[in-house]
Amino acid sequence: MTASKCRDSKLGAGTLLAVEHLTTVFDTPHGAVPAVNDVSFDIRTGETLGLVGESGSGKSVTALSIMRLVQPPGRIAAGRIMFNGRDLLALGEPEMRGVRGAEIALIFQEPMTALNPVFTIGDQLGETLRVHHRATRHDVRAKSIALLEAVRIPNAASRIDDYPHQLSGGMRQRVLIAMALSCQPLLVIADEPTTALDATIQAQILDLLRDMKATFDLALLLITHDLGVVAETADRVAVMYAGRIVEEGPVRAIFRNPKHPYTQGLLASMPGGIPGQRLQAIEGSVPQLGALPPGCAFNPRCPNRFDPCVIEPPPDYVVGADQRAKCYLHATASHPEPAADAAVCSPIHPASEGA
Amino acid sequence: MPLLEVAHLVKRFARRGGIFHRGTAVTAVDDVSFAIEEGETFGLVGESGSGKTTTGRCVLRLIEPTSGSVRFRGEDVLAFSSRRMREARRQMQIVFQDPYSSLNPRMKARQIVEEPLIIHRLGARAARRARVAELFQLVGLDPASLERYPDQFSGGQRQRIGLARALALNPSLLILDEPVSALDVSVQAQVINLLMDLQQQLKLTYLFIAHDLRLVRHVCGRVAVMYRGRIVEMAPAEILFAAPQHPYTRALLSAIPAVDPDAPRARTMLDPALVKPEAALREIAAGHWAAI
Repeated sequence: MTASKCRDSKLGAGTLLAVEHLTTVFDTPHGAVPAVNDVSFDIRTGETLGLVGESGSGKSVTALSIMRLVQPPGRIAAGRIMFNGRDLLALGEPEMRGVRGAEIALIFQEPMTALNPVFTIGDQLGETLRVHHRATRHDVRAKSIALLEAVRIPNAASRIDDYPHQLSGGMRQRVLIAMALSCQPLLVIADEPTTALDATIQAQILDLLRDMKATFDLALLLITHDLGVVAETADRVAVMYAGRIVEEGPVRAIFRNPKHPYTQGLLASMPGGIPGQRLQAIEGSVPQLGALPPGCAFNPRCPNRFDPCVIEPPPDYVVGADQRAKCYLHATASHPEPAADAAVCSPIHPASEGA
Repeated sequence: MPLLEVAHLVKRFARRGGIFHRGTAVTAVDDVSFAIEEGETFGLVGESGSGKTTTGRCVLRLIEPTSGSVRFRGEDVLAFSSRRMREARRQMQIVFQDPYSSLNPRMKARQIVEEPLIIHRLGARAARRARVAELFQLVGLDPASLERYPDQFSGGQRQRIGLARALALNPSLLILDEPVSALDVSVQAQVINLLMDLQQQLKLTYLFIAHDLRLVRHVCGRVAVMYRGRIVEMAPAEILFAAPQHPYTRALLSAIPAVDPDAPRARTMLDPALVKPEAALREIAAGHWAAI
């Protein structure tokens, strides 16, 4: 917890979203279990941040927290979410409803369940436009067709009267992207947008998201477990493990020069190299959130573990240009003598308390 | 003689009619033929609905094929009586994709692995127990966890239990149906390594069904690509990935996201007009077959 107080709100130029010390817990009979643990990151306008992690790492709960859609027994226990100059966690529910969909849109993983089967896609797209006053009764159909054309649905004028089951998975995901874009949001959160799709369709949807981002000057938070998807799409990458961001940096730095043993292990374990050779596996398994080991949550699986790793979770260390990692291996590299907590974190954000 | 020889396999599923329409038939597997040599890893890839899983199940007659032949060591499996088939299944086992739903949650790990030995009446109680402990070691599970229930294991460990059960009868052919796709990314490599080790150790033959092309390239010697129930291309892995000939294979391979931000992105979109549904699979170079 040492670094938790160090990160200041650095709402620099172009920072659209700044998540600061976000902690989201789930209340269980055995106490509050943090699914998201002191998570901080920024997204700038026009930027794609890839949030990578395995199941249970907290990436989806992070997305739901930003939208304030965490359902009990989950709750946001601490932190600030600065979006476009406001703290979303301080907004009243009616104001937040104005943010959801209109300023921040969410695209879910499963395009079948995210659409209502008894309404046509035109009805559902039109509803979004009407609710947020982006269209009137008279022009709603024309605007809906224009949106379907923007996401390259062929014959949009006739497909608008289709029901979701009449569309393929890829087309349904296009409809969801159209709905997300309908109110010209500033930020789109896409939670595993291509996981349920076949490879060729996945490639098309990723291309579409990239184009839409450029056309509408969006910021994109792309949540995925697939490192290939991140390499293709993201500008910056944050790697989550057991509720924490263990490494963050520009996409090239993360893939070429990963500093956290977990990131290194994930990349090394990918199939590639000489066919038939043993893969470099990460030993052990992902820990249960309710039973994290003391210290760094990755330490039982870490090939580089040493004394401090089992005592206290590591703070962020600067490991490169705009790259930070929560790993004691880098304590000496970036800070010759990290004597006090403040000294440990100060190089990232000039020491300031009570962020 | 190949270990497994599948010829002109067809599976049609009847789609029941409703009030407003008559029933129709869906051809899930359409004239599929391939042969797997002993010790080989043969990959079957394709997207959801391409028929790869149905093909795997038809080989074991977990689904009865509509027509065609399946020969195992030269014997016609489809002509076997149910008793002879049960006997044959000692030689051919399957590992399912989802280690969460494929293990009975009310059985202990030991019982799950022991069950095939009981069904096939192999060994007395003590011998069976010894065999189960041996299988646990073989797949890298702690024998101290024998008496635990599936929900006390992680996904990777559960897949090891499924593997131990499949290996209990000393099969020569394993059908691996998406064996790691339900596992956490950081655990997949462990299970892949285990599969490769076991293959060497036990001289196993694998029919490896998967949609992850990076993985298929890594573990398979030969690969067949399925599209809409048919094999559209089949070749040694290095040839298929280096010089795909069928338009669908080209689109599929170009869709693999490279784990490298600087990799050139050259997408080949599938032009459905280029796919000739009537084209027969023909040998365009030694060992390289394509339906073009």
